[in-house]
Amino acid sequence: MEFWTAFYAVSFYFAIVILVGGLASKIYQYAMTPAPLKVPTMPAPLTTGGVVVRILFEVILFKSLFRSNKWIWLFGIVFHGALWLVLFRHLRYFTEPVWTLVVLAQPFGKYASFAMLFGLIGLLIRRMMVERIRYISSPSDYLMLILLLVIGGSGTMITFVTHTDIVQFKAFMLSVMYLNVFNGQHLLPTDGFLLLHLTSVILLMIIFPLSKLLHAPGVFFSPSRNQVDNSREKRHLATWAKELEASSASSSH
Amino acid sequence: MAKKANFETPAFRPYPVIPILKPDIMKGNGPFVAKPQMQEALGYPEELIDNWQEVAIAKMGDLLKKYRSLRVYLDACVKCGACTDKCHYMIGTHDPKNMPVARQDLLRQVYRRYFTWAGKLFPKLVGAKDLTKDVLDDWYNYYHQCSQCRRCSVFCPYGIDTADISMAAREILDCVGKGQKYCNEIIAKVYKIGNNLGLPEPALANTLEGLEEDIKLDTGVDVRLPLDEEGAEVLVITPSADFFAEPHVDGLIGYAKVFHQAGISWTLSSKASEAANFGMFIGSYENMRQVALRIREAALELKVKRIIFGECGHAWRVAYSFLNTLAGPFDFLDQRYPIPQHICEFTYDLIQKGALKLDKSANDHRKLTFHDSCNVARASRMGNMPGGQFVIPREIIKASCNYFYDMPADTIHDQTFCCGGGGGLLTDDLIELRVKGALPRMEALKYVVDNHGVTHMAAICAICKSQFSKVLPYYGFKMDQIVSIHQLVSDALVFEVNEI
Repeated sequence: MEFWTAFYAVSFYFAIVILVGGLASKIYQYAMTPAPLKVPTMPAPLTTGGVVVRILFEVILFKSLFRSNKWIWLFGIVFHGALWLVLFRHLRYFTEPVWTLVVLAQPFGKYASFAMLFGLIGLLIRRMMVERIRYISSPSDYLMLILLLVIGGSGTMITFVTHTDIVQFKAFMLSVMYLNVFNGQHLLPTDGFLLLHLTSVILLMIIFPLSKLLHAPGVFFSPSRNQVDNSREKRHLATWAKELEASSASSSH
Repeated sequence: MAKKANFETPAFRPYPVIPILKPDIMKGNGPFVAKPQMQEALGYPEELIDNWQEVAIAKMGDLLKKYRSLRVYLDACVKCGACTDKCHYMIGTHDPKNMPVARQDLLRQVYRRYFTWAGKLFPKLVGAKDLTKDVLDDWYNYYHQCSQCRRCSVFCPYGIDTADISMAAREILDCVGKGQKYCNEIIAKVYKIGNNLGLPEPALANTLEGLEEDIKLDTGVDVRLPLDEEGAEVLVITPSADFFAEPHVDGLIGYAKVFHQAGISWTLSSKASEAANFGMFIGSYENMRQVALRIREAALELKVKRIIFGECGHAWRVAYSFLNTLAGPFDFLDQRYPIPQHICEFTYDLIQKGALKLDKSANDHRKLTFHDSCNVARASRMGNMPGGQFVIPREIIKASCNYFYDMPADTIHDQTFCCGGGGGLLTDDLIELRVKGALPRMEALKYVVDNHGVTHMAAICAICKSQFSKVLPYYGFKMDQIVSIHQLVSDALVFEVNEI
């Protein structure tokens, strides 16, 4: 038992470094890479405020996806919405005392796991059954959905069927967070579903910054969605383009 | 009538079903490859170099550092499938590699292999592939089956724009010495002579004189088409097809009449006798900039106060979205007017002010619909509000004609379907693709023809006009059913004597 406690604690630390470090470096890379041309998909907003609204519509309501395909939109938004609710509910295992909002969200968050599974199964069935989507799918596209299904499925089992010693688990989690997990006082419960749940979550954290899950930060950096339509009013020039101008001016004169 | 072709024109579908995939149906060698001297004129290797693989990967790395769009688009796709039925080439050909995501994947698989941990460690798992000759051939073939119309980007939850990716791919292909003949030959002609058609100054002057005579014969009015007139108020930059191709030239006559009636002096330039900028199609910032700079130089030399662009789709994208970036700042022009301005904005303003007298009944023998050109609809704007590019052309048509009917809502505005010939594909060696890619637009046209008796489709893009003249007959229409918007204005315009 002490072995598993140490093993999962170390794995968590490792995963969090990959997740946070990986995401931070990706976000830094996106932010530092110039967008030399004005390429918003038109019609586009004329102001920065308008762009914020456009992105919010994309991020919260999946507006473009809605225009595109109602089934993918339905499964996608149910899955993502439920995932946020479930994640929010999970804050209760990382906070002491538990925040009031988290307490209030608890009953909804518990049942949201079913909605999450519904969305994931819908997406998986589409991926397998629709010829066009099957054609564009790699093994990793299926495995990603299966991993999320394992996370959702094992979590739902723990919540509704097999239960674990949640008080002991929370003590473990808090000791991981406050870096006193290795004193042997807060052991991790070793129920099968809990270990499965934790293993798959750790895997997901590691995969996140190395995979298509980068769509999460990516959507905010997409030039076709985040640029203001003001090219006639304001000159837009990337640093490398400025250098190109300078060098061609000096070479031609 | 359509010549006998060695392929079948797609049949109209009773209702728009999503096609069943026919893998590799459009596999092939792609369009003609550019000749060595054309490659050289653009600053690229003359033919496929020996170390193409190494150079291609290095170029990809270079573009990834220069273009956030490329980096984000290659990372962010989740393969949701939203775009898979949105491309007109997919709809017309059924080739799965014409699904936008699959087209992107041709580049993405290589990106993953050489630029991501997952692809370096587990290529099979994440669909990463080595850059082999087969992959390079697929790039050449399928990135020349994309008209860069951006329709897929409208529907993508992350706005992934296949146009940007196909531009990057073509730039890489050029850099390893495998450019496309049509685009590169045209750019070389622009550098050498000033326009896509290779029409030299004397021939251009002659053509314009001929047009002046035609207008005089037709209307009895001395309408001018000035060339290289220093000190004119407005420099008009228009696609060279406007100088003689049908129905383009009727549009040019329309611009001339509008300027005449407005009493505003204008000029064309022999130096910049071309609005088109194929540098965009091949994804080359440097070439696009060099082509764009001609316009700045012409404006400076002719000491004009305003620049107005004629009816051309991708030229308007470059003008509206990129010109300020590529050739700005335009502080020497009159700042009270948009820089640059579209001829439709100009005409629309005059109509609003009541400065043009239009007799709609002159167009009563026509029932009109309007084809939104993709680069105008999804990559630029007109007027001072988002979506002005949809409103202004339609208002001009309605001011000039009594009968106007829009095609179905999912085929117009920002959901418009490409004519099938944009993005550097308007070449005879791609005629099969062009005919098949026109299917969704032809179906939409058929709908308004059957339901409203529409006789003509108006457009504001030189490529659209040429493409439709060519492909309309394949679908049982007549080639002259495509018209310029300013042709309608031209026919409706009543000359009034403003002097005295």
